[in-house]
Amino acid sequence: MTGKIIFGGAGDLPISPFTKGSMVFNKTCAWRNIKPVIDINSCSKCMICWKFCPETAIDIIDGRPAIDYDYCKGCGICAAECPGKAIKMTAEEK
Amino acid sequence: MRQLMTGNYAASYAVKYAGVQVIAAYPITPQTQIVEKLSEMCAAGELKARYINVESEHSAMAACIGASSTGARVFTATSSQGLAYMHELLHWASRARLPVVMTNVNRAMAPGWNVWADQNDSLSQRDTGWMQIYCKSAQEVFDSILMAYKISEKVLLPTMINYDAFFTSHTEEPVDIPDAEKVRDFLPGLRRGRIMDVDDPCAFGTLVAQDTYTEFQYKIQESMQDAKKVITETCAEFKSIFNREYALTEEYKMSDADEVIIATSTMFETASVAVDELRKKGSKTGALRIRYFRPFPSEDIIRALSGKKRALVLDRNISFGAQGIFCQEVLAAAGGKGNMPAISGVVLGLGGR
Ligand code: SF4
Ligand code: SF4
Repeated sequence: MTGKIIFGGAGDLPISPFTKGSMVFNKTCAWRNIKPVIDINSCSKCMICWKFCPETAIDIIDGRPAIDYDYCKGCGICAAECPGKAIKMTAEEK
Repeated sequence: MRQLMTGNYAASYAVKYAGVQVIAAYPITPQTQIVEKLSEMCAAGELKARYINVESEHSAMAACIGASSTGARVFTATSSQGLAYMHELLHWASRARLPVVMTNVNRAMAPGWNVWADQNDSLSQRDTGWMQIYCKSAQEVFDSILMAYKISEKVLLPTMINYDAFFTSHTEEPVDIPDAEKVRDFLPGLRRGRIMDVDDPCAFGTLVAQDTYTEFQYKIQESMQDAKKVITETCAEFKSIFNREYALTEEYKMSDADEVIIATSTMFETASVAVDELRKKGSKTGALRIRYFRPFPSEDIIRALSGKKRALVLDRNISFGAQGIFCQEVLAAAGGKGNMPAISGVVLGLGGR
Protein backbone atom coordinates (compact mmCIF):
# COMPACT_ATOMS: atom_id res chain seq x y z
CA MET A 1 0.00 0.00 0.00
CA THR A 2 3.00 2.31 0.22
CA GLY A 3 3.68 1.81 -3.49
CA LYS A 4 2.64 4.54 -5.90
CA ILE A 5 -0.18 3.79 -8.30
CA ILE A 6 0.97 4.47 -11.83
CA PHE A 7 -2.33 5.17 -13.50
CA GLY A 8 -3.99 8.26 -14.90
CA GLY A 9 -7.25 8.51 -13.00
CA ALA A 10 -10.88 7.62 -13.20
CA GLY A 11 -12.17 10.78 -14.87
CA ASP A 12 -15.84 11.63 -14.60
CA LEU A 13 -17.08 8.12 -13.86
CA PRO A 14 -19.43 7.64 -10.91
CA ILE A 15 -18.06 5.88 -7.82
CA SER A 16 -19.48 2.51 -8.87
CA PRO A 17 -21.23 0.98 -11.87
CA PHE A 18 -24.12 0.23 -9.48
CA THR A 19 -25.53 3.72 -9.66
CA LYS A 20 -28.47 5.63 -11.09
CA GLY A 21 -27.87 6.57 -14.70
CA SER A 22 -25.32 3.80 -15.15
CA MET A 23 -26.79 3.01 -18.59
CA VAL A 24 -25.95 6.51 -19.79
CA PHE A 25 -22.19 6.27 -19.32
CA ASN A 26 -22.02 2.52 -19.68
CA LYS A 27 -22.11 1.95 -23.44
CA THR A 28 -22.55 -1.80 -23.53
CA CYS A 29 -21.62 -1.94 -27.23
CA ALA A 30 -17.91 -2.31 -26.33
CA TRP A 31 -17.89 -6.08 -26.84
CA ARG A 32 -19.62 -6.11 -30.27
CA ASN A 33 -17.48 -7.58 -33.04
CA ILE A 34 -20.03 -7.88 -35.85
CA LYS A 35 -22.53 -5.17 -36.61
CA PRO A 36 -26.13 -5.44 -37.89
CA VAL A 37 -27.05 -3.05 -40.69
CA ILE A 38 -30.65 -2.67 -41.90
CA ASP A 39 -31.34 -2.24 -45.60
CA ILE A 40 -34.40 -0.08 -45.15
CA ASN A 41 -35.49 -0.62 -48.80
CA SER A 42 -35.97 -4.36 -48.17
CA CYS A 43 -37.62 -3.78 -44.79
CA SER A 44 -41.38 -4.45 -44.51
CA LYS A 45 -41.51 -2.63 -41.10
CA CYS A 46 -42.93 -5.74 -39.43
CA MET A 47 -40.91 -4.85 -36.26
CA ILE A 48 -40.03 -8.44 -35.51
CA CYS A 49 -36.41 -7.33 -34.99
CA TRP A 50 -37.57 -4.74 -32.44
CA LYS A 51 -39.44 -7.45 -30.56
CA PHE A 52 -36.58 -9.95 -30.58
CA CYS A 53 -33.56 -7.78 -29.74
CA PRO A 54 -32.47 -9.01 -26.26
CA GLU A 55 -30.79 -5.67 -25.52
CA THR A 56 -33.79 -3.55 -26.54
CA ALA A 57 -31.25 -1.82 -28.77
CA ILE A 58 -33.68 -1.40 -31.65
CA ASP A 59 -35.91 1.67 -31.49
CA ILE A 60 -38.83 2.59 -33.70
CA ILE A 61 -38.22 5.99 -35.21
CA ASP A 62 -40.72 7.43 -37.73
CA GLY A 63 -42.27 4.00 -38.13
CA ARG A 64 -38.94 2.34 -39.02
CA PRO A 65 -36.59 0.14 -37.02
CA ALA A 66 -33.36 1.93 -36.00
CA ILE A 67 -30.46 0.25 -34.25
CA ASP A 68 -28.89 2.03 -31.29
CA TYR A 69 -25.24 1.17 -31.76
CA ASP A 70 -24.35 2.39 -28.26
CA TYR A 71 -26.05 -0.70 -26.83
CA CYS A 72 -26.22 -3.29 -29.65
CA LYS A 73 -23.97 -6.21 -28.69
CA GLY A 74 -23.84 -7.74 -32.18
CA CYS A 75 -25.53 -11.02 -31.32
CA GLY A 76 -27.21 -11.26 -34.74
CA ILE A 77 -30.62 -12.34 -33.45
CA CYS A 78 -32.31 -9.52 -35.38
CA ALA A 79 -30.66 -10.65 -38.63
CA ALA A 80 -31.66 -14.28 -38.00
CA GLU A 81 -35.28 -13.36 -37.22
CA CYS A 82 -35.87 -10.81 -40.00
CA PRO A 83 -38.33 -12.53 -42.43
CA GLY A 84 -37.24 -10.33 -45.37
CA LYS A 85 -33.49 -10.81 -44.77
CA ALA A 86 -33.21 -7.03 -44.58
CA ILE A 87 -30.53 -7.12 -41.82
CA LYS A 88 -26.94 -8.06 -42.66
CA MET A 89 -24.23 -8.69 -40.08
CA THR A 90 -21.18 -6.76 -41.26
CA ALA A 91 -17.59 -6.35 -40.10
CA GLU A 92 -17.19 -4.08 -37.09
CA GLU A 93 -14.89 -1.14 -37.72
CA LYS A 94 -13.32 0.16 -34.50
CA MET B 1 -22.82 3.64 32.31
CA ARG B 2 -20.44 0.73 32.90
CA GLN B 3 -21.96 -2.70 32.49
CA LEU B 4 -20.59 -6.23 32.53
CA MET B 5 -21.14 -7.80 29.13
CA THR B 6 -19.67 -10.21 26.63
CA GLY B 7 -18.09 -9.08 23.36
CA ASN B 8 -21.12 -10.43 21.55
CA TYR B 9 -23.59 -8.39 23.58
CA ALA B 10 -21.34 -5.35 23.24
CA ALA B 11 -21.79 -5.79 19.49
CA SER B 12 -25.60 -6.06 19.81
CA TYR B 13 -25.79 -2.90 21.93
CA ALA B 14 -23.54 -0.97 19.55
CA VAL B 15 -25.86 -1.92 16.67
CA LYS B 16 -28.82 -0.65 18.68
CA TYR B 17 -27.05 2.62 19.52
CA ALA B 18 -26.00 3.08 15.89
CA GLY B 19 -29.69 3.18 14.93
CA VAL B 20 -29.40 0.32 12.47
CA GLN B 21 -32.55 -0.03 10.33
CA VAL B 22 -32.19 -3.46 8.74
CA ILE B 23 -30.64 -6.62 10.19
CA ALA B 24 -30.41 -9.86 8.21
CA ALA B 25 -28.56 -12.82 9.67
CA TYR B 26 -28.22 -16.56 9.89
CA PRO B 27 -27.02 -18.14 13.16
CA ILE B 28 -23.58 -19.69 13.60
CA THR B 29 -21.51 -20.29 16.73
CA PRO B 30 -19.86 -18.21 18.19
CA GLN B 31 -21.67 -15.27 16.62
CA THR B 32 -25.28 -16.35 17.30
CA GLN B 33 -25.69 -14.41 20.56
CA ILE B 34 -25.22 -11.10 18.72
CA VAL B 35 -28.23 -11.57 16.44
CA GLU B 36 -30.21 -13.42 19.13
CA LYS B 37 -29.99 -10.32 21.32
CA LEU B 38 -30.83 -8.09 18.35
CA SER B 39 -33.91 -10.13 17.49
CA GLU B 40 -35.05 -9.80 21.13
CA MET B 41 -34.54 -6.04 20.94
CA CYS B 42 -36.56 -5.87 17.71
CA ALA B 43 -39.35 -8.06 19.12
CA ALA B 44 -39.57 -5.88 22.24
CA GLY B 45 -39.77 -2.72 20.11
CA GLU B 46 -36.61 -1.47 21.82
CA LEU B 47 -34.90 -1.32 18.43
CA LYS B 48 -36.94 -0.09 15.49
CA ALA B 49 -35.22 -2.17 12.87
CA ARG B 50 -36.52 -4.62 10.32
CA TYR B 51 -35.14 -8.04 11.28
CA ILE B 52 -35.01 -10.35 8.25
CA ASN B 53 -34.71 -14.10 8.83
CA VAL B 54 -32.87 -15.65 5.93
CA GLU B 55 -31.98 -19.20 4.91
CA SER B 56 -28.22 -18.71 4.61
CA GLU B 57 -25.32 -16.31 5.06
CA HIS B 58 -25.27 -15.79 1.30
CA SER B 59 -28.85 -14.52 1.55
CA ALA B 60 -28.05 -12.47 4.66
CA MET B 61 -25.44 -10.49 2.76
CA ALA B 62 -27.74 -10.23 -0.27
CA ALA B 63 -30.47 -8.74 1.94
CA CYS B 64 -27.96 -6.31 3.45
CA ILE B 65 -26.84 -5.25 -0.03
CA GLY B 66 -30.43 -4.64 -1.13
CA ALA B 67 -31.35 -2.71 2.01
CA SER B 68 -28.15 -0.69 1.94
CA SER B 69 -28.92 0.29 -1.66
CA THR B 70 -32.10 1.98 -0.48
CA GLY B 71 -30.09 4.12 1.94
CA ALA B 72 -30.75 2.09 5.10
CA ARG B 73 -28.11 1.47 7.75
CA VAL B 74 -27.65 -2.31 7.82
CA PHE B 75 -25.95 -4.98 9.92
CA THR B 76 -25.16 -8.67 9.85
CA ALA B 77 -22.88 -11.01 11.79
CA THR B 78 -21.20 -14.30 11.02
CA SER B 79 -18.22 -16.60 11.64
CA SER B 80 -16.05 -19.13 9.86
CA GLN B 81 -17.93 -21.25 7.27
CA GLY B 82 -20.74 -18.68 7.31
CA LEU B 83 -18.34 -15.97 6.19
CA ALA B 84 -16.92 -18.28 3.54
CA TYR B 85 -20.45 -18.86 2.25
CA MET B 86 -20.89 -15.07 1.86
CA HIS B 87 -17.74 -14.75 -0.20
CA GLU B 88 -19.29 -13.90 -3.57
CA LEU B 89 -21.48 -11.20 -2.07
CA LEU B 90 -18.62 -9.69 -0.07
CA HIS B 91 -17.20 -8.66 -3.44
CA TRP B 92 -20.62 -7.39 -4.45
CA ALA B 93 -20.99 -5.14 -1.39
CA SER B 94 -17.60 -3.47 -1.77
CA ARG B 95 -17.71 -3.10 -5.56
CA ALA B 96 -21.21 -1.61 -5.33
CA ARG B 97 -19.64 0.77 -2.76
CA LEU B 98 -22.16 0.01 -0.01
CA PRO B 99 -21.35 0.87 3.62
CA VAL B 100 -22.44 -2.47 5.08
CA VAL B 101 -21.09 -3.17 8.58
CA MET B 102 -20.66 -6.75 9.78
CA THR B 103 -19.09 -8.44 12.76
CA ASN B 104 -17.19 -11.64 12.16
CA VAL B 105 -16.28 -13.59 15.26
CA ASN B 106 -13.00 -15.26 14.27
CA ARG B 107 -13.52 -19.02 14.34
CA ALA B 108 -11.48 -21.84 12.79
CA MET B 109 -12.31 -23.24 9.35
CA ALA B 110 -13.41 -26.88 9.06
CA PRO B 111 -12.74 -29.75 8.85
CA GLY B 112 -11.82 -30.53 11.63
CA TRP B 113 -14.80 -28.86 13.14
CA ASN B 114 -13.65 -26.37 15.74
CA VAL B 115 -15.56 -23.37 17.06
CA TRP B 116 -12.59 -21.65 18.71
CA ALA B 117 -10.48 -18.62 17.84
CA ASP B 118 -8.59 -18.61 14.55
CA GLN B 119 -8.26 -15.86 11.95
CA ASN B 120 -8.21 -17.89 8.76
CA ASP B 121 -11.89 -17.13 8.12
CA SER B 122 -11.59 -13.35 7.78
CA LEU B 123 -8.08 -13.36 6.36
CA SER B 124 -9.34 -15.59 3.54
CA GLN B 125 -11.52 -12.58 2.60
CA ARG B 126 -8.51 -10.27 2.38
CA ASP B 127 -9.06 -9.20 -1.22
CA THR B 128 -12.82 -8.65 -1.18
CA GLY B 129 -12.48 -4.87 -0.74
CA TRP B 130 -13.74 -4.77 2.85
CA MET B 131 -12.07 -2.74 5.55
CA GLN B 132 -11.08 -5.11 8.37
CA ILE B 133 -10.59 -4.32 12.06
CA TYR B 134 -9.27 -6.76 14.70
CA CYS B 135 -10.50 -5.91 18.22
CA LYS B 136 -8.95 -6.92 21.53
CA SER B 137 -11.83 -6.24 23.96
CA ALA B 138 -15.60 -5.97 24.33
CA GLN B 139 -15.28 -2.20 24.76
CA GLU B 140 -13.35 -1.98 21.53
CA VAL B 141 -16.01 -4.05 19.75
CA PHE B 142 -18.68 -1.59 20.90
CA ASP B 143 -16.67 1.50 19.97
CA SER B 144 -15.45 0.07 16.65
CA ILE B 145 -18.98 -0.62 15.44
CA LEU B 146 -20.03 3.00 16.05
CA MET B 147 -16.91 4.26 14.30
CA ALA B 148 -17.26 1.73 11.47
CA TYR B 149 -20.63 3.14 10.38
CA LYS B 150 -19.20 6.62 10.29
CA ILE B 151 -16.07 5.55 8.41
CA SER B 152 -17.84 3.23 5.97
CA GLU B 153 -20.49 5.83 5.15
CA LYS B 154 -17.73 8.35 4.31
CA VAL B 155 -15.41 6.00 2.43
CA LEU B 156 -18.30 4.07 0.82
CA LEU B 157 -16.73 0.70 1.47
CA PRO B 158 -18.00 -1.97 3.89
CA THR B 159 -16.34 -2.82 7.22
CA MET B 160 -15.81 -6.21 8.85
CA ILE B 161 -15.22 -6.05 12.60
CA ASN B 162 -13.34 -9.12 13.78
CA TYR B 163 -12.69 -10.43 17.27
CA ASP B 164 -11.65 -13.71 18.85
CA ALA B 165 -14.14 -16.51 19.45
CA PHE B 166 -14.78 -17.03 23.17
CA PHE B 167 -11.79 -14.97 24.41
CA THR B 168 -13.81 -11.90 23.43
CA SER B 169 -17.17 -13.17 22.16
CA HIS B 170 -18.20 -15.03 25.34
CA THR B 171 -16.07 -13.38 28.04
CA GLU B 172 -17.74 -10.76 30.21
CA GLU B 173 -15.87 -7.49 30.58
CA PRO B 174 -16.87 -4.07 31.86
CA VAL B 175 -18.15 -2.01 28.94
CA ASP B 176 -18.87 1.69 29.12
CA ILE B 177 -22.17 2.31 27.33
CA PRO B 178 -22.43 6.01 26.49
CA ASP B 179 -25.52 8.25 26.48
CA ALA B 180 -27.69 7.60 23.45
CA GLU B 181 -27.70 11.34 22.81
CA LYS B 182 -23.92 11.53 22.65
CA VAL B 183 -23.91 8.65 20.19
CA ARG B 184 -26.47 10.44 18.01
CA ASP B 185 -24.25 13.53 17.91
CA PHE B 186 -21.32 11.39 16.81
CA LEU B 187 -23.33 9.28 14.39
CA PRO B 188 -26.41 11.09 13.07
CA GLY B 189 -29.34 8.96 11.95
CA LEU B 190 -29.55 9.05 8.21
CA ARG B 191 -26.83 8.22 5.79
CA ARG B 192 -26.39 9.59 2.29
CA GLY B 193 -26.13 7.61 -0.88
CA ARG B 194 -29.51 6.11 -1.68
CA ILE B 195 -29.18 4.19 -4.95
CA MET B 196 -32.53 2.41 -5.20
CA ASP B 197 -35.72 4.38 -4.71
CA VAL B 198 -39.22 2.91 -5.13
CA ASP B 199 -40.53 6.36 -6.04
CA ASP B 200 -38.03 6.68 -8.86
CA PRO B 201 -37.64 3.22 -10.37
CA CYS B 202 -34.94 2.60 -12.96
CA ALA B 203 -32.82 -0.14 -14.50
CA PHE B 204 -29.18 -0.67 -13.57
CA GLY B 205 -26.65 -1.67 -16.16
CA THR B 206 -23.70 -2.89 -14.15
CA LEU B 207 -21.91 -4.44 -17.10
CA VAL B 208 -18.51 -2.78 -17.35
CA ALA B 209 -16.24 -3.61 -20.26
CA GLN B 210 -12.49 -3.37 -20.73
CA ASP B 211 -12.61 0.38 -21.26
CA THR B 212 -13.64 1.34 -17.70
CA TYR B 213 -13.23 -1.75 -15.48
CA THR B 214 -9.72 -0.74 -14.36
CA GLU B 215 -11.00 2.75 -13.52
CA PHE B 216 -13.57 1.34 -11.07
CA GLN B 217 -10.91 -0.83 -9.39
CA TYR B 218 -8.69 2.23 -9.16
CA LYS B 219 -11.44 4.12 -7.35
CA ILE B 220 -11.65 1.38 -4.70
CA GLN B 221 -7.89 1.35 -4.19
CA GLU B 222 -7.83 5.16 -3.97
CA SER B 223 -10.68 5.12 -1.39
CA MET B 224 -8.91 2.43 0.67
CA GLN B 225 -5.80 4.59 0.83
CA ASP B 226 -7.84 7.72 1.67
CA ALA B 227 -9.65 5.66 4.34
CA LYS B 228 -6.55 5.81 6.57
CA LYS B 229 -7.08 9.56 6.91
CA VAL B 230 -10.82 9.15 7.51
CA ILE B 231 -10.13 6.49 10.17
CA THR B 232 -7.59 8.71 11.94
CA GLU B 233 -9.97 11.70 11.89
CA THR B 234 -12.90 9.59 13.11
CA CYS B 235 -10.80 8.15 15.95
CA ALA B 236 -9.84 11.72 16.98
CA GLU B 237 -13.48 12.83 16.95
CA PHE B 238 -14.46 9.72 18.91
CA LYS B 239 -11.81 10.49 21.53
CA SER B 240 -13.00 14.07 21.90
CA ILE B 241 -16.53 12.86 22.70
CA PHE B 242 -16.02 9.52 24.48
CA ASN B 243 -12.45 9.87 25.75
CA ARG B 244 -11.22 6.53 24.45
CA GLU B 245 -8.31 6.37 22.06
CA TYR B 246 -7.99 4.23 18.92
CA ALA B 247 -5.80 4.27 15.83
CA LEU B 248 -4.77 2.04 12.94
CA THR B 249 -2.22 0.41 15.27
CA GLU B 250 -1.54 0.34 19.02
CA GLU B 251 1.81 0.40 20.79
CA TYR B 252 2.87 -0.89 24.22
CA LYS B 253 6.21 0.16 25.72
CA MET B 254 7.64 0.76 22.28
CA SER B 255 9.59 4.01 22.76
CA ASP B 256 12.79 2.50 24.23
CA ALA B 257 12.26 -1.07 22.94
CA ASP B 258 14.84 -2.76 20.74
CA GLU B 259 12.79 -5.93 20.20
CA VAL B 260 9.11 -5.97 19.25
CA ILE B 261 6.31 -8.51 19.46
CA ILE B 262 3.70 -7.85 16.78
CA ALA B 263 0.25 -9.31 17.47
CA THR B 264 -3.46 -8.82 16.81
CA SER B 265 -6.74 -9.11 18.78
CA THR B 266 -6.51 -10.66 22.26
CA MET B 267 -3.06 -12.05 21.55
CA PHE B 268 -1.78 -8.47 21.90
CA GLU B 269 -2.95 -8.49 25.55
CA THR B 270 -0.98 -11.68 26.14
CA ALA B 271 1.99 -10.14 24.35
CA SER B 272 1.80 -7.10 26.65
CA VAL B 273 2.02 -9.40 29.69
CA ALA B 274 5.02 -11.10 28.07
CA VAL B 275 6.59 -7.68 27.51
CA ASP B 276 6.34 -6.91 31.23
CA GLU B 277 7.83 -10.31 32.14
CA LEU B 278 10.70 -9.93 29.69
CA ARG B 279 11.41 -6.42 30.92
CA LYS B 280 11.70 -7.75 34.49
CA LYS B 281 14.49 -9.96 33.15
CA GLY B 282 16.21 -6.97 31.61
CA SER B 283 15.10 -7.19 27.97
CA LYS B 284 13.93 -4.05 26.21
CA THR B 285 10.79 -5.50 24.66
CA GLY B 286 7.74 -3.69 23.29
CA ALA B 287 4.51 -4.79 21.59
CA LEU B 288 2.77 -3.52 18.48
CA ARG B 289 -0.82 -4.31 17.60
CA ILE B 290 -2.10 -4.23 14.03
CA ARG B 291 -5.69 -3.06 14.52
CA TYR B 292 -6.65 -2.38 10.91
CA PHE B 293 -5.71 -5.08 8.42
CA ARG B 294 -7.38 -3.32 5.45
CA PRO B 295 -6.40 -0.64 4.74
CA PHE B 296 -3.02 -1.98 5.87
CA PRO B 297 -1.25 0.60 8.05
CA SER B 298 2.18 0.20 6.41
CA GLU B 299 3.29 3.74 7.25
CA ASP B 300 2.53 3.36 10.99
CA ILE B 301 4.20 -0.06 11.13
CA ILE B 302 7.34 1.19 9.39
CA ARG B 303 7.49 4.18 11.75
CA ALA B 304 7.05 1.93 14.82
CA LEU B 305 9.68 -0.58 13.68
CA SER B 306 12.25 1.94 12.52
CA GLY B 307 15.54 1.51 14.40
CA LYS B 308 14.45 -1.67 16.26
CA LYS B 309 16.71 -4.75 16.25
CA ARG B 310 14.27 -7.66 16.03
CA ALA B 311 10.56 -8.15 15.47
CA LEU B 312 8.49 -11.29 15.94
CA VAL B 313 5.04 -11.53 14.36
CA LEU B 314 2.50 -13.80 16.09
CA ASP B 315 -0.06 -15.24 13.68
CA ARG B 316 -3.20 -17.09 14.71
CA ASN B 317 -3.63 -18.07 11.05
CA ILE B 318 -1.63 -19.63 8.25
CA SER B 319 -1.39 -19.27 4.51
CA PHE B 320 -0.53 -22.85 3.59
CA GLY B 321 2.60 -23.02 1.49
CA ALA B 322 3.70 -19.59 2.68
CA GLN B 323 3.54 -18.51 6.35
CA GLY B 324 1.52 -16.48 8.85
CA ILE B 325 -0.47 -13.83 7.00
CA PHE B 326 0.26 -10.81 9.20
CA CYS B 327 3.97 -11.69 9.07
CA GLN B 328 3.80 -11.77 5.29
CA GLU B 329 2.14 -8.35 5.23
CA VAL B 330 4.63 -6.83 7.67
CA LEU B 331 7.52 -8.18 5.58
CA ALA B 332 5.93 -6.70 2.44
CA ALA B 333 5.54 -3.31 4.13
CA ALA B 334 9.13 -3.31 5.46
CA GLY B 335 10.62 -4.57 2.18
CA GLY B 336 13.07 -2.07 0.70
CA LYS B 337 12.76 0.31 3.67
CA GLY B 338 15.88 1.36 5.56
CA ASN B 339 16.43 0.92 9.31
CA MET B 340 14.12 -2.10 9.61
CA PRO B 341 14.60 -4.88 12.21
CA ALA B 342 15.14 -8.56 11.42
CA ILE B 343 11.52 -9.76 11.07
CA SER B 344 10.45 -13.33 11.72
CA GLY B 345 7.13 -14.96 12.38
CA VAL B 346 5.54 -17.78 14.31
CA VAL B 347 2.20 -19.48 13.70
CA LEU B 348 0.42 -20.32 16.95
CA GLY B 349 -2.93 -20.45 18.71
CA LEU B 350 -4.75 -22.13 15.80
CA GLY B 351 -8.24 -23.39 16.61
CA GLY B 352 -8.18 -21.55 19.95
CA ARG B 353 -5.05 -23.31 21.27
S1 SF4 C 1 -37.47 -7.69 -38.85
FE1 SF4 C 1 -36.56 -7.09 -40.79
S2 SF4 C 1 -38.31 -6.53 -42.02
FE2 SF4 C 1 -39.05 -6.58 -39.94
S3 SF4 C 1 -38.78 -4.46 -39.23
FE3 SF4 C 1 -36.90 -5.54 -38.67
S4 SF4 C 1 -35.55 -5.15 -40.39
FE4 SF4 C 1 -37.57 -4.67 -41.07
S1 SF4 D 1 -27.38 -7.64 -33.18
FE1 SF4 D 1 -28.42 -8.35 -31.32
S2 SF4 D 1 -28.17 -6.63 -29.95
FE2 SF4 D 1 -27.71 -5.82 -31.93
S3 SF4 D 1 -29.66 -5.00 -32.65
FE3 SF4 D 1 -29.52 -7.09 -33.41
S4 SF4 D 1 -30.59 -8.32 -31.90
FE4 SF4 D 1 -30.13 -6.34 -30.95
